Amino acid sequence: MTTTSDRPTKGAPPYSSQNYTSKYKVVGTRPIRHDGLDKVTGRARYGADISLPGMLHGKLLRSPHAHAKIISIDATEALKLDGVKAVVTAKDLPIIEDQVMDLGETMGNPRVMAENILAKSKALYKGHAVAAVAAISPHVAELALDRIKVEYEVLPPQLDAEAAMREDAPLILEELTTQSVAQAYVRGTDTGVKSNIASHIQMKRGDLEQGFKDADVIVERVYKTTAVHQGYIEPQSSTAYWAPDGRITIWTSTQGHFTVRTMTAAMLGVPEHSVKVIPMEIGGGFGGKIPGYLDPVCSLLSKKTGHPVKIVLTRKEVFEATGPTSGSSMRCKVGANKSGRITAAELYLVFEAGAFPGSPVGAAAMCSLTSYNIENFQIDGYDVIVNRPKVQAYRGPGSPIGTFAAEGVMDEVAEKLGMDPLEFRLKNAAKEGDRMPNGMTQPRIGCVEVEEAMKAHPHYKIPLGPNQGRGTAMGFWFNAGGPSSVTLGVNADGTVNMISGSVDIGGTRPAIAMQAAEVLGVSAEDMVPSVGDTDSIGFTNGTGGSRTAFATGTIAIEAAREVRDKMAARAALIWEIKPEEVVLDDGVFVNGKNPDDKMTFKQLAARLIRTGGPISASASGSPRGVGAAYCGNMVDVEVDPETGKVTILRYTVFQDVGQAAHPSFVEGQMQGGTVQGIGWALNEEYYTSEDGVMLNSSFLDYRMPTSLDLPMIDTVLIEVPNPGHPFGVRGVGEVSIVPPMAAIANAIYDAVGVRMDRLPMSPGAVLEALEAKKAQG
Amino acid sequence: MAEVWIPSLLQRLTNGEDKVRVSGRNLREVIENLDARHPGMKARLLDEQGNFQEGVAIAIDGEISHLGLIEPLTEASEVHIIPAIGGG
Repeated sequence: MTTTSDRPTKGAPPYSSQNYTSKYKVVGTRPIRHDGLDKVTGRARYGADISLPGMLHGKLLRSPHAHAKIISIDATEALKLDGVKAVVTAKDLPIIEDQVMDLGETMGNPRVMAENILAKSKALYKGHAVAAVAAISPHVAELALDRIKVEYEVLPPQLDAEAAMREDAPLILEELTTQSVAQAYVRGTDTGVKSNIASHIQMKRGDLEQGFKDADVIVERVYKTTAVHQGYIEPQSSTAYWAPDGRITIWTSTQGHFTVRTMTAAMLGVPEHSVKVIPMEIGGGFGGKIPGYLDPVCSLLSKKTGHPVKIVLTRKEVFEATGPTSGSSMRCKVGANKSGRITAAELYLVFEAGAFPGSPVGAAAMCSLTSYNIENFQIDGYDVIVNRPKVQAYRGPGSPIGTFAAEGVMDEVAEKLGMDPLEFRLKNAAKEGDRMPNGMTQPRIGCVEVEEAMKAHPHYKIPLGPNQGRGTAMGFWFNAGGPSSVTLGVNADGTVNMISGSVDIGGTRPAIAMQAAEVLGVSAEDMVPSVGDTDSIGFTNGTGGSRTAFATGTIAIEAAREVRDKMAARAALIWEIKPEEVVLDDGVFVNGKNPDDKMTFKQLAARLIRTGGPISASASGSPRGVGAAYCGNMVDVEVDPETGKVTILRYTVFQDVGQAAHPSFVEGQMQGGTVQGIGWALNEEYYTSEDGVMLNSSFLDYRMPTSLDLPMIDTVLIEVPNPGHPFGVRGVGEVSIVPPMAAIANAIYDAVGVRMDRLPMSPGAVLEALEAKKAQG
Repeated sequence: MAEVWIPSLLQRLTNGEDKVRVSGRNLREVIENLDARHPGMKARLLDEQGNFQEGVAIAIDGEISHLGLIEPLTEASEVHIIPAIGGG
């Protein structure tokens, strides 16, 4: 176990003197990242840095209405403007049938994605793009937007999911019936009844009624959260060139360039092999840049003009159109007996999907109670269409929302039982072999280890002052696996080129390279890692789902083993022995018949060309053995009773990280997810007018936390190795965003005695709760 | 025979049974045999092209299946029908 609290003195590099030690030579160390210099000197190239000869600039015309029929679009005047080269609308896209496409980590429907990118017959949210322009400059393109005449028939928007669920609610997607998606789970599969409810999932086990009868304490509470955005610092950008030979090249900011290739080809009706996607460095994605957005529009404009076309979104467009995560309405009920055992739990989740089906309510249903072993439960989740942007994944999608409700109620149950909240959690903690709510068996997990570390940590005993409180919460995320590809090539100087198909987010490039280096017996610095485009490397799922260090890392190990074996064969050739007589000892090839004959990796690499030629190896596959992740939070807050402002005093994050590939980057993921969770808890929200217009679509008004708002986020790495990975690596990227909202709500209650049941817990909301409490006496 | 855990909303097709034991060497055979015993099940899981319905994932022995219908099963395999999820 290691903690950033171990750092020595104020002002010293925060991680410089950690007590952390690794049993490996490379994995578990903290080398400087390979792309570090490029990133800090501004040399790294992002999507907006692309500039090509003859390149045009695109802009999107967006609906000012949250719900409106599009009667007509007339671009005549726009096209007359000097410098305007083309205008496209949904009519320029081929007609796409409903189909389910395998996007690697999940499925997608290109018909739906196309309608989200360019509205067809209806604008379904404020900011829904209806047309796109290409011109000689962004300014001319913007002027042209004003000259496109769109006639709308404005319809009343449905902004609230619970209202949209009512049987008499006007339909947003008129063709949507509960049969059109996720047939296994829909309500009324056989009725064909049209509804704004895209799907209903349910999980239940045991006897719920009896479980509540057996309870000595029952707590039930209703929760409400609003949509929040991933808030990546780099807006979406894409440049496309549709060459005369039909080849399309796309330079884009994406988490998954193979997903972009698949979906762009499907939406444009071209063969997948004709699309090449070059992933640029990415300035954050957090799930929001998995599906692709601008690429088909840029491609269409390029086809019409014969020039490359670049579109870079503004922050306002990012907020209004690229997909936040869901707002929600939830009800959670938990019963427990006097000994502290949970006897029953019920969770009702209504999630906004935005304008098209696909909220993360399924994940919320599967994660929110998964820190506990509960015999009797029922979880219902509804995916509901509303006139808001189509939601996209956001770091552990769905789990933070449902966990806000579940962990708030668990804290309240513990209080009513007079139990320490961590003791209560430990008493009910999920363990290996337990059944998750979806029925699957828990693999080797670190839920208990995390909770025990929390209970034993000095933070738990620090005295608190007036209006100060301490909150705890747990969080779970599955982590993903899926296909990855890696190619390694040995250079004559003993360095090793590594091309992987994983876009680098959060230091995954070194995290993967270090795993290969460990096998090869070379240093992290001897690896030369890069991210390959879709023509250069085999299919790889996007960097998301906390999959990359695990899955692409496993594949890198496989490729490295092949390189190692080929190197050993060369050594055998030189020593005139059999390959199996070569021993690799601590990174040195040794002649098993004469141990005085030794060659380092570098010495052997220098002899490759004259012993048969260069050595390389490629590996692809879908590794099994994904390890799930648990995270616990301990937070101290101070609440100003006059203003309702909540100040974070102290924050410690405890996470089962498996074997940390690069502990600094693991800590960075834990801290980053936590800070996003703090913003979600205290400040962030889509503040929307009654007609569906987002009123705070800038970083000035959409308040994300900065370093000035927060103390150091201390991290405690709990390493329960994942038995499914050669070094024990498990995904670490997402779970840290799951517990913060609940932990902070529980801390606020501990400080001032009000249970916050809606987000954000802004000063106004807290003050309102304090005044309501005062009024009740 | 593999044990298929039936989601609560599909249990009307299995007369309320929450687990069904079905023979089959791979997932395709299990789904075919499940449908033969409980008609309608296949249509809930697969579309006309034989792909999993959008939003549906299958977990076998604790892991989401990446091989789909050709995923081999053993006599002791557990099959779970769960909502498909995507990470961030």
